[in-house]
Amino acid sequence: MEINSTELKRCDLIEVSGRVDSATADELMAAINAIQDDGRYKIVLDLGGLDFMASKGWWTLIQAQKASKRYNRGEVLLANVPKMIKENLDLVGISKLFRLFDDPVEAVGSF
Amino acid sequence: MQRSFTGDFEILASIGRFVAESVKEASLSESDVYALQLAVDEAATNIIEYAYRDEGQGRIDLTVEPAAHKVVITLHDTGQPFDPNDVAAYVSDVPIEEMQERGAGLHLIHAIMDEVDFKFDKRKGNTLQMVKVIA
Repeated sequence: MEINSTELKRCDLIEVSGRVDSATADELMAAINAIQDDGRYKIVLDLGGLDFMASKGWWTLIQAQKASKRYNRGEVLLANVPKMIKENLDLVGISKLFRLFDDPVEAVGSF
Repeated sequence: MQRSFTGDFEILASIGRFVAESVKEASLSESDVYALQLAVDEAATNIIEYAYRDEGQGRIDLTVEPAAHKVVITLHDTGQPFDPNDVAAYVSDVPIEEMQERGAGLHLIHAIMDEVDFKFDKRKGNTLQMVKVIA
């Protein structure tokens, strides 16, 4: 798994690629926590480079969304979600918890 | 094809590759292969977390058998008895604050696979057999 974080004017953009499973989900959580602990809660996750995401990864996204939405201080948006990962997010009813964008630029612009 | 893996989270990527390799000759869609990899990943994660209670406590024996119109997958471990009835049902139609992680993997396994059968034997340990029917 690779994570690239960029602080933008309106929000933070995190690009995640490779594989998120029980071996790597903690690293993703730490990257998101670092931004939220700094008081920035508007986050776009660009998942376009993801090959695989297990339920541990989705749970990481849910925890991030819970923290961002608390006190209406922000939101986690998902962009570029690969088709097969989206299908499985739907199976566990998680995709409805996020606004999904085809293009990360559009997601950033929505803040 | 059969292979034995150590019960560590680091081997999950290797397990995924083994599943894909095992069904290479079967004419499965990319989506079916991904679903099988996901179901096996969730099952192996549950074995490490709930049967062995931690990493490095035992092995996971995985068999993937493609057949006509179906794939039969068996995972075996020698950890604590795993009873799926002890796992709280996964609920997704609640506010996000009330969502719980526990049970998501099992819910997913049932959503992906057509048959899911857990067995525990005092001498042999846990055996999970899952069947995916291929249209």
